[in-house]
Amino acid sequence: MGKHFIPIWFFIGSLLTIYGVLILGSGIYGLFVPPSNPVTMSHLHIGIWWGAGMFLLGLAYVVRFRPNRKDM
Amino acid sequence: MLAAWFLGGTNARLSLSPVDLIIIVLYFVLVLGLGFYLRRFTNTGEEFFMAGREMTAWIAGLSFISANLGSLEMMGYAAATYQYGILVGHAYWIGAIPAILFLSLVMMPFYYICKTHSVPGYLKLRYGEGARSLSAISFAVMTILMSGINMYSMAVIMKVILGWDIHFSIWVSSLTVALYVMAGGLLSAIFNEVLQFFLIWIGCLVVPVVGLIETGGWTGMVHRIQTNFPGQDFIHMWSTTGSFTGNPMGVHWTGIVFGWGLAISFGYWTTDFLVVQRVMAAKDLRSAQLGTVIGAFFKMMVPLIVILPGLLALAVLPFHLVPENQGGLPNAHTYNEALPLMLARYCSPGLLGLGVTALVAGFMSGMAGNVTAFTTVWTYDIYKPFIRKDAADSHYVSMGRWCSLLGVFVSIGTAYLVMNFSSIIVYAQAVFVFFIVPMFGTVILGMLWKRTTPAAGFWGLLAGILTSFALWAWVRMDPNALRHVAFSEHAKDMAENVYRAMWSLIVNVVVTVAVSLFTKPKPEHELKGLVYGLTELAPEGHFPVFRRPITWAAAVAVGFVLLNVLFW
Repeated sequence: MGKHFIPIWFFIGSLLTIYGVLILGSGIYGLFVPPSNPVTMSHLHIGIWWGAGMFLLGLAYVVRFRPNRKDM
Repeated sequence: MLAAWFLGGTNARLSLSPVDLIIIVLYFVLVLGLGFYLRRFTNTGEEFFMAGREMTAWIAGLSFISANLGSLEMMGYAAATYQYGILVGHAYWIGAIPAILFLSLVMMPFYYICKTHSVPGYLKLRYGEGARSLSAISFAVMTILMSGINMYSMAVIMKVILGWDIHFSIWVSSLTVALYVMAGGLLSAIFNEVLQFFLIWIGCLVVPVVGLIETGGWTGMVHRIQTNFPGQDFIHMWSTTGSFTGNPMGVHWTGIVFGWGLAISFGYWTTDFLVVQRVMAAKDLRSAQLGTVIGAFFKMMVPLIVILPGLLALAVLPFHLVPENQGGLPNAHTYNEALPLMLARYCSPGLLGLGVTALVAGFMSGMAGNVTAFTTVWTYDIYKPFIRKDAADSHYVSMGRWCSLLGVFVSIGTAYLVMNFSSIIVYAQAVFVFFIVPMFGTVILGMLWKRTTPAAGFWGLLAGILTSFALWAWVRMDPNALRHVAFSEHAKDMAENVYRAMWSLIVNVVVTVAVSLFTKPKPEHELKGLVYGLTELAPEGHFPVFRRPITWAAAVAVGFVLLNVLFW
C-alpha cells in the first residue's frame, strides 16, 4: 500500500496472541480447578487446544507483520 | 456497573466469567484504537469514502464478505437451519456464489473503470439523474432502517441470551461503530471488518469441531437428526425440492434457482452497495476482481460455522426449539437461540467470551457496512447533487464524518421505533430485499445492452420496486394470493420471498426493455467505460495463470458444483 500503515495483520496477530494466552490460561486453570457446571465434551479440554492454536497463529502474524520489518 | 451489565442477570441463558469479560472489553478497545489510529490517513474524500482505493485483494475480499456476515445473518441462518434444515445452505451456495463470480468477472470492470463512488453513482453515469435519485434515496432509507432493525434484534438476543440491558447493548455497540467509522471512514471500517472476520471464524468454529466429535462425525449427526425428527428430511439440498410439500421450507426447485439463485442473489451481491463498496476500494481492477473471488470462496465456507451448528442443534439438543411467537412459554427456547445455545454447550470460560465477541463482531461489521455505504450514498448521491454542488473536498469529508454519527443516531431511533412495532421487522426485511432486486435488472441491462435508454432505467427500476410492494401487500390483504405469488399455499415466508423477488425482476426487465424500444438511447460516445462492447478492458495475458481472477473463479465454481452434488 502507498501509505505506511501498520499492517492490519499485525493488529490481528496481537489480538489473537493475547486471546490465546487468556483462553489457554483459562483452560489450564480448568484442569486443576474443574468448573461446577462443566460444558459438554469438557474432557476434550478444547480451551487448551484452541488457546494454544490461537496463540501460535497470532504469534506467527505478529512476527511476520511486525512494524519496521525490512521487507515490508 | 459495567460488569453487572455484561455478566448478565439471573434470567440469562449464559453466564460470563471474568476472563470472558476481559476478552469482550479488549475487543472494544482494539476496534476503537484502530479507528483513531487510521484517522490520520483519511483526510481527502477519496481516502475517507473509498479508503484511498489502495486495498489489496485479500483485505478487500475479507472485508467484502465480513460486511455481509452480520450477527443476524449468523444467528438467523443457524435458526433457519434448525427450522428448514440444510436447504438454508442455498443462501450460501446457489444464492451467492454464481452472483459473486459474475460480479467479479463481468460487472466489476465497469464499476471499477468508471471510477464512480457508488452503485447509484454508476446509474447516474449510465442513465442520468432520475435512476440515480430513485436508487440513492431508496437505498439510503432502507440501509438506515435495516441498520436499526438489526441493532434492535441483536440487542434483544443479547438480552435473552446474556441478560444484557437492551439500551446498553444498543448504545455501546452502535456508538463504538459510529466512533471508528467517523474517525477513519471506509478505511477504518474495512480494517475492522478484516479483524472481525478472524474473530467470527475462530469464535464460531468451536461449535462444528466439537459438535462433530460429539456426534461421531457427519454420519452420526445425520442418524441423530433422523432419530430426533422421524419422517422429516433436513439433510438434502435438492432431492426434496421436486414438490412444494416434500421439504420443510415448502419451496420448489424453480423458486430456488430463479428466485433465490437469480433474482435475490444477483440483486444483493452485484448491486447492493454495502458489499460492492468494499471491493471498489481495491488498489486496481485485478485486486478488485481477485478480492471478490476470495470473498466467494469464504462465502462458500460459511455454512461450516452457520448451517452446521444449526444441524448439530437438531442432533444434540435434548429439547425442541420453538418459533419466536412461542418464546414466552416456560423453559421454551426459540429458533434464534440455536447458535448461542450451541456456543454455551461447548464453550468453557474464555471460549465463551470469544464466541460472544464473534457475535458482537458480526453485528458491528454488518452495521459498519450499513453506515459507510449510507454515508457515501448520502454525501455523493444526495447531498452533493441536490443540496450543495460545488463545495471543497474537505467539506464533503466533514459531511461524511458527521453523517456517520447521524446515520447511527437515526438507526438507534429506528431501533426504538421497532421496539414499539416489532412486526415491522418481518415486513421491513422483505421490503429491503425487494428494493435491491429490481436494481440488478436495471444495472445489468445498462452494462450489457447499449440500447437501454435513460428513461427505461428509471421506469424499469420504479416498476420493479412497485411490483414488489404490490405483491407483498396483496398477500398481506389476501393470504390466498400466496398460491399465485409463490405457486403454492404451502409456501413459507422464505419461499414467498424468493418468488416475489423473481416477479419483481421479471417486471423490471420487461419494462426496461419495452421502454428502451420506444425511447431514445444515449449516444455511444457517452457510454464508453460504462457498457460492454464500448469499454476497453485491460488484457490479463501478461499475468501468470495462477494470478488471474478467472483461474480462481473457475476453482471456486468447481468447488460450488462439487458441494451441491455432495449434499444433493
